[in-house]
This record gives sequence, C-alpha cells and structure tokens, in this order.
Amino acid sequence: MSSTSSSLQSGTVTGIGAAVRRREDFRFITGKGQYTDDISRPGETRAVFVRSPHAHARIKRVDTQTASAMPGVLAVLTGADLAGDKIGNLICGWMIHSKDGSPMKMAPHPAIAAEKACYVGDPVAVVVAETLAQARDAAEAIRVDYDVLPAVTDPAKAQASAQIHDVAPGNTIYQWHLGEAQAVDAAIKSAKHVTRLNLVNNRLVPNAMEPRVAIGEYDRGNESFTLWNTSQNPHVARLVIAAFVGMAPEHKLRVIAPDVGGGFGSKIFIYPEEVVCLWASKRVGRPVKWTCDRSEAFLADAHGRDHVTHAEMAFGDDGRITALKVKTIANLGAYMSTFSSSVPTYLYATLLSGQYDIPAIYCEVDAVYTNTVPVDAYRGAGRPEATFVVERLVEVGARELGMDPGELRKKNFIKSFPHQTPVIMNYDAGDYLASLKKAMEIADVKGFPRRKRDSARLGKLRGLGYSTYIEACGIAPSQAVGSLGAGVGLWESAEVRVNPTGSVEVLTGSHSHGQGHETTFAQLVSERLGIPIETVSIVHGDTDKVQFGMGTYGSRSGAVGMSAIVKALDKVEAKAKKVAAFMMEAAEDDIEFKDGRFTVAGTDKSVGWGEVTLNAYVAHKFTGAQLEPGLKEGAFYDPTNFTFPAGCHICEVEIDPDTGHVEIVGWTAVDDFGTVINPMIVEGQVHGGIAQGVGQALLERAVYNTDGQLVSGSFMDYSMPRAENLPSLKVGTTTTRCPSNPLGMKGCGEAGAIAAPPAVINAITDALGTEDIAMPATPQAVWAAIRKTGVGRKAA
Amino acid sequence: MAAVSLTVNGKAVTADVDPRTLLVQFLRENLRLTGTHVGCDTTQCGACVVHLNGVSTKSCTTLVLQADGGTVTTIEGLAAPDGPLHPMQEAFRENHGLQCGFCTPGMVMTAIDMVRRKGYDLDEQTIRHELDGNLCRCTGYHNIVKAIAAGAKAMKGTSQAA
Repeated sequence: MSSTSSSLQSGTVTGIGAAVRRREDFRFITGKGQYTDDISRPGETRAVFVRSPHAHARIKRVDTQTASAMPGVLAVLTGADLAGDKIGNLICGWMIHSKDGSPMKMAPHPAIAAEKACYVGDPVAVVVAETLAQARDAAEAIRVDYDVLPAVTDPAKAQASAQIHDVAPGNTIYQWHLGEAQAVDAAIKSAKHVTRLNLVNNRLVPNAMEPRVAIGEYDRGNESFTLWNTSQNPHVARLVIAAFVGMAPEHKLRVIAPDVGGGFGSKIFIYPEEVVCLWASKRVGRPVKWTCDRSEAFLADAHGRDHVTHAEMAFGDDGRITALKVKTIANLGAYMSTFSSSVPTYLYATLLSGQYDIPAIYCEVDAVYTNTVPVDAYRGAGRPEATFVVERLVEVGARELGMDPGELRKKNFIKSFPHQTPVIMNYDAGDYLASLKKAMEIADVKGFPRRKRDSARLGKLRGLGYSTYIEACGIAPSQAVGSLGAGVGLWESAEVRVNPTGSVEVLTGSHSHGQGHETTFAQLVSERLGIPIETVSIVHGDTDKVQFGMGTYGSRSGAVGMSAIVKALDKVEAKAKKVAAFMMEAAEDDIEFKDGRFTVAGTDKSVGWGEVTLNAYVAHKFTGAQLEPGLKEGAFYDPTNFTFPAGCHICEVEIDPDTGHVEIVGWTAVDDFGTVINPMIVEGQVHGGIAQGVGQALLERAVYNTDGQLVSGSFMDYSMPRAENLPSLKVGTTTTRCPSNPLGMKGCGEAGAIAAPPAVINAITDALGTEDIAMPATPQAVWAAIRKTGVGRKAA
Repeated sequence: MAAVSLTVNGKAVTADVDPRTLLVQFLRENLRLTGTHVGCDTTQCGACVVHLNGVSTKSCTTLVLQADGGTVTTIEGLAAPDGPLHPMQEAFRENHGLQCGFCTPGMVMTAIDMVRRKGYDLDEQTIRHELDGNLCRCTGYHNIVKAIAAGAKAMKGTSQAA
C-alpha cells in the first residue's frame, strides 16, 4: 500500500500544492449527499420506460389501452404523442465532413421512437404513475407489435448490412481523414521495416456507480420548467433542450445537477429520458421522476470505444519511426449521441503522434451506424484508442526490430518544444525522457530479469509492458474547435462574489462529480486572496445560479475552469486595490496586495482584506462617480491551446500458464500534469483512471450477439474491476509547466484510462511472447494463447 | 399491505407497506434516509449495504418484511448528529477513500462489518478479498484499501464496537 509520493502526509496548509482533505467529504461519509435520486418533489410521480426488445424493428402498433386503465396510471405516452406535441429530436453537436466534403449523415433521433426501434433499449413508450410499482406494472401491460428487421452490431460488417437510417447509405455516417496519404505511402514503401497490426478497441459500458436520474417539473404559473439531472454539464443540457428539442426558451428552463455520482463522460450527453420527464411533467401537471435501473443503464447510457483498426508503422534503418498509417471503423451505435462524431476524429487521430517525432501520419476513419446503444465519449474519449494504436505498434515494432522497447521509445521521443505534429496538435511542453526514466527507476526495470527467473521457478510467466502516452486536455480554443466542427465554444466562466464581510462565493461553469472542485477551487482562491479556505464557497451545477458554463469533461476544469477563476480574481484584486487606495488616500498604482493585506508601497500603511471588502460595500470613502460600489467580478476564459499531459506507465504481470490467470503484480505511473493544486486528489484521479484502463484490458467488454441482444447487460455479466483485480499502485510525477494557461496546469482525469490498456497488453504479450492478444485478455483468451504458443510448457 | 416494525438507527419504526417493498426502498422513501444508495439491481455493487441485526446486508435484496422485528443501522446512524464521526468514516476522509461518494456509505458499512469478522489488523490482501461485494468506479480501490486498514486500527481501543 505504498505510494511514492507523500501527498497524504501533509494537509496542514491550504494553498496550491497542499494535500487538503476534501471539503465535500463530510456529507458523503455521513450519508448526507444530495444526489438526484435523493430529491423528492411535492406531488412527484414516477416514470418507467417501455424499451424495444428488438435491435431493429418497425413499430406497427403500441397498445396502451390496458395500461392506461391500471391503478395509479396518470399517462401512457408514445412516440406519436411526442411528435404530436412537436418535441424536437436530439442532436449531435459536432459537424464532421467526409473526405468528399459532404456533411455527416445525422439521422433523426426522437426521444421516443415512433416508427422504428433501432437498438435493444430504444424507448417506445413511457408510463407515468403515482408510484414506481404502479408504473412498472402498467409498463408490463403495454403491448407493442413489431416487424422485426435484420440487425447489425459489428462495426466491421455495418457497411455491408441492411440499412438502418434512410439518410445513411451503407450505414456510413462519414468517411473522414486527416494527414498526408502520399507522404505516408512513400515512407512505408521505402521503410526498412513495417509493423502491421489489426486491433480492436473493445466496447465498454461506462457504469458510473450512480445510475442516471431525471426529474422534470413544469410550473404553469411561470410557464417554466426545472430539470434535476445527473449531468456533467447542466448548461449544455439546457441549451440543447431549449434550442434544439424546443421544450422551452432558455430563460424558462432551469437545469440543476446536484451531487453527481461519477460521470466518466457518460453524463455529458443529453438523453431521451430527460426530455421525456420534462415533457411528461407538463402533460400530467406534476413532477415526473425517472430513476434508471442498472440493467436498464446498460441499454440506455452511451457506451464507449468500439473501434476496429488496421495500423502500420514504418521504421528507418536506425529504428526511427518514419510514418504511421491508420484505418479505423468506429461504431457510433444506432443514433448519433451529443458529441459522438468528435470522438473517433478530432479527439483520436490528432493524438496519433503520441510522444514521438513522426514525420508523416495519415488516418482514415469510417463512422458507422449499427443496431446498438449510441456510442460517445468515455473517459479519455478517442485518446485511449489512439494511444492503444501507437503504443501497441511501438512495442511490437521494438520486438520485431530486436530492440529494447524502452530504448526504441527514447530514440523516437520528441525532445524540443513547441512541437508541431503532422496531425494538427502543437505540443507546448513536456519531458518524456524524464517520466520514462523515473518510471523505470520506481518500477525497478533493472531487477525485472531476476523477477522473471523467480517467477519461472514457480512455473509462472512474467512480463513487463510500457505505455508512454500523451493526451490533449483542457479543450480548447473555441475558434480552433469551431473550425473543426464543434457546435459550441469551449471556454469556461467564473464569477467571484465577495461579500461585505470578506467571505467569497465562486460560481463556476465547471461541474464536480467526484473531482473535488469544492476543495481545489477553494485552495486557489484561498491562496490568491490570502484568506482562510473556510471563507470560500464554490457554487456549481445550477443554471439559475451560474450564468453559463461548459461543464466538466476532458480534464478541462483545472486548465480552463480554474483559469477563468484566476481571470475573475485578477479583476477582483484590481477593484479591491482601488478601494484600498481610497481608504488610505494613496495612488492606486502604489497599492500592493499580498497575503490578504493591501499596503501602500514603501510605507507601513496597510489595510486588511475584510476592511477593504466592507468598504467596497459601505462605499463611504469614494463617490459613485469615482468608483462603483460592490465587489463582484466575472470572467470568461478561452484557452490558447490544448494542454498535453503525458507520462509513462509500467505494468508488470505474472501469468499462471495452467489457468491463464493474469495477476498485475506491479504498477508504476509517472505523469506530468504541470502544476498540481492538490496532489492527494490528483493521485486519486490517476488510481481511478488506471482501474478503468485495467478493466478494459482484462475484464470489460460489452458483448452483442448477432441478433443485437446485449449479452453482457448487467453486473452479473459485465465484469467490473473489483478490489482484488488491482494491485497497490505506485504513483509519481514529473513536472513541466504548461505555458498555455496562467496556472501552468495540464489536467489529470484521463491519464490512467489512456495509459493503462496498452501497458497491460504489452506486459501480457511480453510474458507470452505473442504479437497480440485481444482485449479483454480474459483467462480463457490467455490460456488459449498459451496453448497456441506452447510458452507455458517451456516456463514450467 | 402488511405491517412491519423495526428499529432503525435506534428509533422504533412501524409502518404498513406493500409486501414487495425492499428494505432499501423503505429506508430511502418511507424514512427519507437517502444515504443508503442503489447502484445496481443484481446484488453486485454494495452501494446499499446496511447492518441488519449487526451484520452487513444488501438492502436492495432484502424485503423490509424480512427485517421485521430487527435492528437496522444505516450510514446516518454511525455517528450522533452532534458527536464525533465513526473512526471508519474519519479514515475514509483522511485517506481520500472516496471521490463521487456514491459507493461510500456501502463501503463504510462493509468495512465496519469486515472489522467485526476479521479483527482490527487487516492486511491488504484480506481487505481486497473482503471487498468482493462492493464496487467503486472512481478510486481504483487504492485509497479505500488504505482507509479500511487505517479505520480498523483506529477502531481498536475506541468505544466504537465493530
């Protein structure tokens, strides 16, 4: 249970860099959290959805008669009712154009299917009743007549299968590309060696521990709606539901995302159930609450990953990488979810340079519809898929070239910054050698041969795998993402409200669902203003309190969200200095602010923070013509670049050749996140990311059968990482400051999930001496690989 | 409807319930004790763990009628409203054993039961094995394991019975 850093040892100070214990924890450890399902509205009713049992079927008739007459039933609503009320479709907010210039083929996505169900789980009706039990009983009494149509679930077969949507021939949403095809082909042709791999990035179910919940409430007196939901970005939900779905004008819709029990991307998106609860609340005139069951969540929450890829990496004489060529088919499921189009394109191909100086890269991506749950961003979103491609190719390439995988990486690392890759990104800072070296030391790579021999003596196979990953976080300059097709800007907002007594409320457009913003954001404010952390409150997650914000995903809350707070604090300080100048009858330019005191430079005249804040409000020392009373400032911060966290993870495994069981016996993570506000929280983020990455590599896979049934549709069937699947983790950092934001932060949320899968697979294939093994590397798969190669018998 | 009487966090409770009412529904909806969570529907995740007659129990798979005449302790009942936290609660906070907090009540209740059964000196292997019935998606378990080891030690010699 050791940790290489001592973050948990401190905790006495509260500024930037201190391991402050979380301020949100008391309510969670005492059962006083307020998650959406904990909220109960007066007169609340319950909604239960009827979902299609077929992957692809025409809806002939929905018989609601029996259900409507059952006890407690207030309404049974169908897709026809939704269309009748002119409720708009859900949308995908990132436009991607194909190679030929044509726009992506976005099929209509009604919140309740009226004509056709396109995946198992597609809502076809909803029951609203007095109690949950009554709603469930009535839902079971609804009879739906279907004409079952041929279904496709495998992305590799989608383009040659029965068409799902009229708008998308060949089930193809777009055929996109990035990079220089000719240069890459030429480099491959003249290469000394080319490593080729076929890779599947397995489909995952995010499974935040809190299932999604929505409560819709209509206020007829004000003609306004309120939605409580489990959202990572309530303002974006409001914007989409107002502007596209057309439920209500933006100023008549309030969205509140209270305590949210994990998101990992899956709670970014605007879902059918949220729309339906709002709409139904107006229909029945009472609040309507829907709480997702876990098994329902498997069919209702956007899934992640699901790529089929062929990739080629070309090497020169000296082991230098000369080119990378990638062809990917990305499964986007039955409809285009909110940001799905961006994940296998600009969040994927732009990271294919990894940590390496690769002169030429070309990537083609075909996005396809299938009769599966929509696929969208899941922790890392495109970047884990890119890293898996690059890190598997580098590892296999090293073995094929007879080089040490660490040495091959060192030879190809980018060593000077800024570095322009051939795939859009301009890396601003990093030291990849430093993180690799440090990780190798902590992991005792030198001692690995001895440990391998020790394992062999016990009849076990031992392997070591590297992953030197990079990601792009803190998305990003709005103008840049706009030019790439984003329908939104990706700035962040902050408002700092200083009270007369000097306490501070910070309203942020970021959203916390486990990240600890109430602590880290307050650390920043406390340090900057020189005031106790107890006097700072962080407010988020309510569109009636926070004017606008873009929410939390892609590790943007530090680099972008906190930068907005810095900008607002700059304005607060500037105004407070003016107040202090009037109080001390000094020139504004002579006022210095440090540790919560305003001093006239070169004198012993000073006033404290609280005196200044009070004076800002009583306004006795200046006239309205000289200075506006009050102390409240807002800021919108738009980043100048993405940030580029990077690092090295080393996984060591021991495999039992008789059972195929893989035990992770060592894990070292050395990450460069730039400035760290709270090392305890950052380590926790790394731990959690690694667990999800290990889950992908060893345990997790959403399995569809050929009929389109989700076979792994519950926690009984879908293998979630448990405590025994994971080792104690060694976590360290190296630091290069990010030059692209005022605090020098890069972001830490995705790192583990991005780095881990190739580290695990590289370690397993190292142990087995095989080129590849598919994820998840279950005991069965590993055992079969051992039988194929015979390596187990040699070891024993 | 059926009558049920039980003691929850030291208070006697009597109610008429639909016989299919689960213990977790009763706690959350009838008593508004919303600290006990529902994270799955297959008894896998452990977010709903409470103590029934002193033994950790998944309240999502227990009918409230099965608890008739029994004594239930939930996360809300571990510490008096104005008193100190239970050492296991304190250990989770001190060791950053939680992020989103959703699995935390179940984890804490499971951990206390673990101490009751396995003693105050819990090694890492034992803790990881005993956590088989509790899922966390945020922490990677690393700090939960640390928190439980520390909490178990802290329970030794305090008035907090395991």
